[in-house]
Amino acid sequence: MQKFDLEAQGLRALNAALHALNGQTNETAWEVVNPKGSHSIAVGLDAPIELTVHGSTGYYCAGMNKQATIRVKGSAGPGLAENMMSGAVIVDGNASQYAGATGRGGLLVIKGDASSRCGVSMKGINIVVHGNIGHMSAFMAQSGNLVVLGDAGDALGDSLYEARLFVRGSVKSLGADCVEKEMRPEHLELLADLLKQGEAEHLAKPEEFKRYGSARNLYNFNIDNASAY
Amino acid sequence: MCGIVGLFLKDKSLEPQLGAMLTEMLITMTDRGPDSAGIAIYGGADDGAGKITVQSPQPEKDFADLDRELKDAIGKPVGMVIRSTHAVLEVPVDQVEAARSALAELRPGLKVMSVGDSLEIYKEVGLPKDVASRFELAKMRGTHGIGHTRMATESAVTTNGAHPFSTGSDQCLVHNGSLSNHSSLRRMLAHEGIYTETMNDTEVGAAYLTWRMKNGATLGEALEGTLEDLDGFFTFVVGTHDGFGVVRDPIACKPAVMAETDQYVAFGSEYRALVSLPGIDTARVWEPEPATVYFWNH
Repeated sequence: MQKFDLEAQGLRALNAALHALNGQTNETAWEVVNPKGSHSIAVGLDAPIELTVHGSTGYYCAGMNKQATIRVKGSAGPGLAENMMSGAVIVDGNASQYAGATGRGGLLVIKGDASSRCGVSMKGINIVVHGNIGHMSAFMAQSGNLVVLGDAGDALGDSLYEARLFVRGSVKSLGADCVEKEMRPEHLELLADLLKQGEAEHLAKPEEFKRYGSARNLYNFNIDNASAY
Repeated sequence: MCGIVGLFLKDKSLEPQLGAMLTEMLITMTDRGPDSAGIAIYGGADDGAGKITVQSPQPEKDFADLDRELKDAIGKPVGMVIRSTHAVLEVPVDQVEAARSALAELRPGLKVMSVGDSLEIYKEVGLPKDVASRFELAKMRGTHGIGHTRMATESAVTTNGAHPFSTGSDQCLVHNGSLSNHSSLRRMLAHEGIYTETMNDTEVGAAYLTWRMKNGATLGEALEGTLEDLDGFFTFVVGTHDGFGVVRDPIACKPAVMAETDQYVAFGSEYRALVSLPGIDTARVWEPEPATVYFWNH
């Protein structure tokens, strides 16, 4: 077990030590203590390690993650797990704005609430939120899955491409070109798997969710939709 | 970017530490705004004394004998506490307007930072830690306060461009964001007889609230009004004689975190501004919703 005191040793030393692992390592268990809301903790990892942050983080925690499993035993600030490529990020508390933005792969689990713009422009990442999500979530989401056990805020899935959105609770409003879609057997199967991965299978059943996706009306220019582009 | 903080105490036993707690929060926000810093602190209300905080670029010259000259002008006792470039003048609460008029005659170069019966404002150009130490903010006591670290966008880096802004008695405001319709609002407010002193967008935000309240709105209603009438990005934290309020615009791009315990309500642009507060690990911590007014009163 590698234990790192962020307050004593500093952010650059932490990220340098983690980047030095470079793909393969036998040092697979890491702990970070005293994060105290600091920014850019465990950014740019590319090694199959398990890292636990004991406390709340600031901006951009776990950004650009590859391979690593990062757990935050607290809440996370804006830009959590931005552009994740693979691996997993699990937050016990809440996440601030644009969690999982532009993610291309991997799994993001938020056990509390996520704020506005969760999954904005997601491109393949899977996101499971146990609580609620804020306004403009999944804006321009392109692929991947967003699962929300609670409620969604205004303008869910505005200008959505092919990402799938599953919401159990209420949706305050749908964004342009986002519509409710039928839940077919393959979706229930997918959702069951995502709930299991997201440590939420004991909290919700797939059939309790509604599915939202793109109506695909904005894909090609149509003068009648000019006001929606 | 800008960093804003606020602290509203429920537990009286923390009042002697208000300045120290706010100072630490302010300094943590330095990298959101290294251009200037300011703090508004509320304390000693209802003691019969009115307070006028003034600022001068030449404090030795302007503050020399000012209390004696002001006493002669209004014929009432005047107290004066000098802190670096600022001085707080205490006069009987019913003499505040008379004292303000007399000050304009006696020292035309002085800038009035705030007026009221509990509010004092200290702000200057420079790093937050330097601003805090020149005014000895950490030693101040009070019931609630707000602070700001500025990364200048809409007007020059000057003392008067620093936050907090106060445009009404015991009212003040700090802002993270930028307003895009401040010029037209400034003209509208001038027509209504509310004049701003700088070209700063935030001062217009403060003046807007003053105007609404002057026309009978409660602070809550005035804050609701910002959502209709102000264009741009804003997270506002406001202080009044006995209250503390927060509002974010409907897009809510600017960050905000709040924490509440039995002892206090705290606001920070980032969570790390709050990490040294007592009991923060078990506090209720949340992000204020967009287009929603939050308000606490003593």
